[in-house]
Amino acid sequence: MKLDVLGHEAYAYTGGKTFDAGLPCIVFVHGALHDHSPWTLLARWFAHHGHSVLAVDLPGHSRSAGAPLADVQRTADWLLALLDAAGVQQAALVGHSMGSLIALEAAARAPQRASRLVMIGTAYPMKVSEALLNTARETPLKAIDMVNAFSISSISAKPSFPGPGMWLHGSNRTLMRRTQALAAQRLGINLFAHDFAVCDAYAGGLQAAAAVRCPVNFILGERDQMTTPKTTREIAAALKARVVTLPAGHSLMAEAPDGVLQALRDALTG
Amino acid sequence: MAGSSDPGFDTLALHAGAAPDPATGARALPIYLSTSFVFENSEHAASLFNMERSGHVYSRLSNPTTAVLEERVAALEGGSGAIATASGQAALHLAICTIAGAGSHIVASAALYGGSHNLLAYTLARFGITTTFVKPGDIDGWRAAIRPETRLLFGETLGNPGLDVLDIPTVSAIAHDAGLPLLVDSTFTTPWLMKPFEHGADLVFHSATKFLSGHGTVIGGVLVDSGGFDWDAAHEKHGRFSELSQPYDGFHGMVFSEESSVGAFLLRARREGLRDFGACMSPHTAWLILQGIETLPLRMARHVENTRRIVAFLAAHAMVARVGYPELEGHPSHALAKRLLPRGCGSVFSFDLKGSRRQGQAFIEALKIFSHLANVGDCRSLVIHPASTTHSRMDDAALASAGIAPGMIRLSIGLEDADDLIDDLKRALKSAEKAA
Repeated sequence: MKLDVLGHEAYAYTGGKTFDAGLPCIVFVHGALHDHSPWTLLARWFAHHGHSVLAVDLPGHSRSAGAPLADVQRTADWLLALLDAAGVQQAALVGHSMGSLIALEAAARAPQRASRLVMIGTAYPMKVSEALLNTARETPLKAIDMVNAFSISSISAKPSFPGPGMWLHGSNRTLMRRTQALAAQRLGINLFAHDFAVCDAYAGGLQAAAAVRCPVNFILGERDQMTTPKTTREIAAALKARVVTLPAGHSLMAEAPDGVLQALRDALTG
Repeated sequence: MAGSSDPGFDTLALHAGAAPDPATGARALPIYLSTSFVFENSEHAASLFNMERSGHVYSRLSNPTTAVLEERVAALEGGSGAIATASGQAALHLAICTIAGAGSHIVASAALYGGSHNLLAYTLARFGITTTFVKPGDIDGWRAAIRPETRLLFGETLGNPGLDVLDIPTVSAIAHDAGLPLLVDSTFTTPWLMKPFEHGADLVFHSATKFLSGHGTVIGGVLVDSGGFDWDAAHEKHGRFSELSQPYDGFHGMVFSEESSVGAFLLRARREGLRDFGACMSPHTAWLILQGIETLPLRMARHVENTRRIVAFLAAHAMVARVGYPELEGHPSHALAKRLLPRGCGSVFSFDLKGSRRQGQAFIEALKIFSHLANVGDCRSLVIHPASTTHSRMDDAALASAGIAPGMIRLSIGLEDADDLIDDLKRALKSAEKAA
């Protein structure tokens, strides 16, 4: 569905059902250079099991208009404004990678509006190497290939996502290239470099953790090379998070869709 | 296998999509010869049917063995995913019918495999899908043939029978300017010789019966999507492809482009085309094709090496009027071949024997290693004389208008010792000479 958020059109996938603000709401927030589509299986499941869902495209990403926001804090404000636009008072916030930082910051800025916080494929600080930042600035397509290879831990993840016959390395690379190309075409920006700089610059994680009031869950990939599980210890402790580790890399929703679903069911309904 | 870059082609040919079987530890891929797959419980069943989970339900829609083939071909092509079909023809039909219907129009190369030409010129026309054929090198012709109701452009990487190289960068640019995808039949080249997506194509299909399988044992096809075509933008600008960007009543009102930004085409093709037309691949067939793909890089290198030796032999022979191989300087597609097919132009080509139709028959009958049959892309060398077989009902004038000389011979060069193949051809050419 389309919403007006801070003067720009924003898109949110609603799981194949008409959005009902009266149901318990789950908001899914994607990572760098992605859009709502890595969430669709999970979003459909929860939408058909008693929840309303909003799997958003962040500003400047795929179907949402406007420029990408400058940092995690401003994007968290946008997310809270999106809840206002959708008529949602309180929601479970679920984020992947960059999106997990946005969800964390939103849960800290408006603790009363976050019923649960789930951070998937996360790390704090989410530092990006200078070499990768430079590659992202200068040769973004090469950087996309590097990140794609680092993100997926297997060449045989089954049953594949969103269905059999999909080649995860190819579909993830194409999604990143597409999101990058759309932003370049509409906004004239290097979205890859922007998103990775946003992750790298975020320094408010521990401060935000102190403000979060809801139960927190982490879902991590044991083979994750982008946000390695060991880089979550301090923030997990600060948030008193329950940690679930799955046999996957950084692209958890694609590599282990059933495992993430079970972990989310435990986190959101347990 | 995660690292700083994706595995190389040869590694993907062996491993993409497969791992030791988690249930048994079997290292080689098991053949899951099962029509259907047990649900864990009612909720699991419902969520599979409603696309809330990924998994296998019924082997017409997907199968664990067939899915490995689909992932592997997608990996080799650099695509987002693939669907295996009962034949190459079924793959072409599935590609077209996913985005076209009655009233739709196709612009296609005139240099097509006969079966594809029949489908477009006669069979689909009965169902209201019409085609305009253009010479593959007529760039203005491609552009001029596009109409508001056009849904795709279509050609072969190496056209039949003259091996015209499709100028994929130029034709895809024309397609994209008009908000249309380019579909390419890549059977003759395989991804080892060319990856059409790298040159701008949007959809690729193979008759996997040929080089992908390589052993002449099974019939199959694979349809691959790059995932890069923006169906929503084309719908917004031109009103096309509502099949992908608007709710589909036949599957829970699903809007496929919302479900997957890069997999919309394949989702609809599987959930409508495979489901309803049913031209699926048997898992046994998929397994045999995978056996072939494991050695694709080795076989294609040898196919091309043998072909180059035989092309050189024939081009210098007194009984040969013409050899149609794009690596030869006189071929109309020579410059394009150098640019798009630097590894070689495959191993299927034709040459014109000097003399009559009867001499052509004498040549065929004298061959001992080459098998006279209607197929290409086998590990064994194959031959056919169109004037006395596939085009035998045509008189010489009709043959000429189809670009087929009475003495034209089509060869598919296999993996035998090149010296033995050359000896076989020498003997047959001598017989043809004597039959004058």
